[in-house]
Amino acid sequence: MVRRVLVAAAVLAAAVTVHGQVTFDRILQADREPQNWLSYSGTPFNQRYSRLTQITPANVGRLQLQWVWQNRSLEKFEATPLVVDGVMYTVQPPNDVVALDAATGRPFWTYSYTPAPEGRPCCGRVNRGVAMLGDTLYMGTIDAHLIAIDARSGQPRWNVVVAKASERYSITHNPLIVKDKVIVGTGGGDGPIRGYIAAFDAKTGREAWRFYTIPGPGEPGNETWAGDSWKTGGVGVWNAGAYDPETNLVFFGTGNPAPDWDGSKRLGDNLYSDSVVALDADTGRLKWYYQFTPHDELDYDATQVPLLADITWQGRPRKVMLWANRNGVMYVLDRVTGEFLKGKPYVKTNWLDGFDAKGRPNRVKFPSPEGTLIHPHVHGGINWAPPAFSPRTGLYYVASWENSGTVAVQGQFPRAASANTRQTAMGQTTLVPFFNNDTEPYGVVRGYDPQTLEAKWEFKMSDITWGGVLATASDLVFSGGREGYFLALDGRTGALLWRASVGGQVNAGAMSYEVRGKQYVAIAAGNALFAYALP
Amino acid sequence: MRATHFLVILALVGAAVSASPRAVLAQHETASDLVDGERAFRNSCANCHGPDGDLITGIDLGRGQFRRPMTDDDLVRIIRTGIPNTPMPASPMSVQQASTIVAYLRSTAAARRAGSVAGDPARGKAVFDGKGGCARCHRLNGEGSRVGPDLTGIGERRGALELERALVDPGADVDPASRFVQVTLKDGTSVTGRLLGHDTFTLQLLDTRETLRSFEKRDLRAQAFLGSPMPSYRTALTPQELADLVRYLASQAKGR
Repeated sequence: MVRRVLVAAAVLAAAVTVHGQVTFDRILQADREPQNWLSYSGTPFNQRYSRLTQITPANVGRLQLQWVWQNRSLEKFEATPLVVDGVMYTVQPPNDVVALDAATGRPFWTYSYTPAPEGRPCCGRVNRGVAMLGDTLYMGTIDAHLIAIDARSGQPRWNVVVAKASERYSITHNPLIVKDKVIVGTGGGDGPIRGYIAAFDAKTGREAWRFYTIPGPGEPGNETWAGDSWKTGGVGVWNAGAYDPETNLVFFGTGNPAPDWDGSKRLGDNLYSDSVVALDADTGRLKWYYQFTPHDELDYDATQVPLLADITWQGRPRKVMLWANRNGVMYVLDRVTGEFLKGKPYVKTNWLDGFDAKGRPNRVKFPSPEGTLIHPHVHGGINWAPPAFSPRTGLYYVASWENSGTVAVQGQFPRAASANTRQTAMGQTTLVPFFNNDTEPYGVVRGYDPQTLEAKWEFKMSDITWGGVLATASDLVFSGGREGYFLALDGRTGALLWRASVGGQVNAGAMSYEVRGKQYVAIAAGNALFAYALP
Repeated sequence: MRATHFLVILALVGAAVSASPRAVLAQHETASDLVDGERAFRNSCANCHGPDGDLITGIDLGRGQFRRPMTDDDLVRIIRTGIPNTPMPASPMSVQQASTIVAYLRSTAAARRAGSVAGDPARGKAVFDGKGGCARCHRLNGEGSRVGPDLTGIGERRGALELERALVDPGADVDPASRFVQVTLKDGTSVTGRLLGHDTFTLQLLDTRETLRSFEKRDLRAQAFLGSPMPSYRTALTPQELADLVRYLASQAKGR
């Protein structure tokens, strides 16, 4: 009897330990539990691909709204929620963490955090989501703190200062969990910061390593900054990182050099601005980098979400990274070595006319006092919204802006080339009247073949988009845009299969999860979170 | 005054005004302050408000249009403290720094309003109400048609040169929010009106009978943007009548 009791207790303990406890193994193998959404884009590969198949192209037309959770903020709602064993965690901007019943949207608890007044990111008091390890949630804040929060009670466990908000640092992206560390980057790179990526002990908040995105004196790359410009050269990090367990590398995209519009005081390539950096996850040491836009004067942050995929490349398996960049070019890189495999414009792009053998772009357009028409516009072919990849269709799904342009004037804010560019303000929450005709900038979701970087299909929207893309194992693609629709497309053809009017701008990526046998698809839009499922 | 002389003078005045917003200075600011203000505006405000200050719906900083009347002190305070519960953040700027931004915005708005045309507003009103037939399409202080853009307070939003250009060459620079469209339904019926907005699936307009209409694009056979339906007054009015009308419109401020 005693033995039975002990066995039962042990089983119970194991069940309790597993339920609500997100081990790093679970994060790495998140594909095995598609009912959950354990990190920003689903897995550390950032494919934003759900293996749930209850909702299909045949029945998606019957999707119904299950619940709406309205936040109490007027800021842009950019977060992708996590779902762990029926509990959803998201962030009410700027920095309140909320736990909801994922089946009903009813709140369990709210952790309210008031950022210091000097925490004021350039482009909105936003947050893109939390990370979770064990039973602890982690959030970066707009005043550049990293906070650990008990996932059951919503009580803070520790709160560390990553950087000084008074020096214009901020954190707006979801942290990356690797083993026992929480990794974040510092935003604020439009100002005179020196950006960095830092890892913190998940239990204590103690800093484990730090990688400066601008090399210091004596370090390789410091010579790419004229004079003392490296000290205030910007290069913030403000979007999700990726992790590859096979190489133990973490990948982050880096932001523009500062000042953004005037390169004359920072002559040189300005490493590692507008780059992807591959860092040893245990030490933060740089293993390789690839700079997309050397000596940027057009604000082409490379702060897109790194997407890792294992594909067949020129007849043999290859571990690659797919990257639709703000600079208008789409890239395929070898993620083990950083080798440039292919680059090709995916929106109207005129600042380069090709690459050298190592993938360095040949730049042909330069800002000038008299003005130079440069494509794409400052907001880029894509800005930060998360893309998706389906191993089933083999397509890389990207929501982008097409046909925008600007006249860049050296040292000044870019002047609009035409009324067209009036339509590219930073995302807002509410719907705004839209007056463009079909020849002016528009948003578009496309499915690209990574082999050729050719679009196999496209779904064109009237208005531009700040929304991300979700792919599912039933070959569906979900996206949305500034005009306030949440859309389901056929992942193989791009055909519109379903739409819902969400009454506010979609400024986030969708995700999917399952509770008690029902698959949900959730999207943040306007100031609310919407969950849809079949009846 | 001969018409050519008048137009040359008008053009010179307009050029002086439009060449530099800093040509008209606020009373206590120096040109250097305004340069500082412009720089600070572009660094701190333009990301959300746009380089011309008009990207937030209902607000046009470069033309002095706010959600409610603002004194300089109001604006300085808002720049420094933000607006609670809105995306407008607080800024650590000093009062002096914030004041340079306000001075820059005020000077820009003033420059856009300026322009002394040799016209008479009283005679201009007569042209507006009579020969010009403006109220057939435009509304002014609560009277007239809603089909064209409402001209109430137009003098606060457009300078004389812009007004004159809109009268003689109305199709040259149509505000995107004032575009006309024609939609053709599948039964062949056509509806024309001012576009109030559209998206991938729907289209909203105010038709020529001043009725709000909304269409599903799938129900349309065709849709097309039209040129400005406004006739040119280049020859329809005499130069003096044109100058009078411009002066009348330039004198329109909200609340009058």
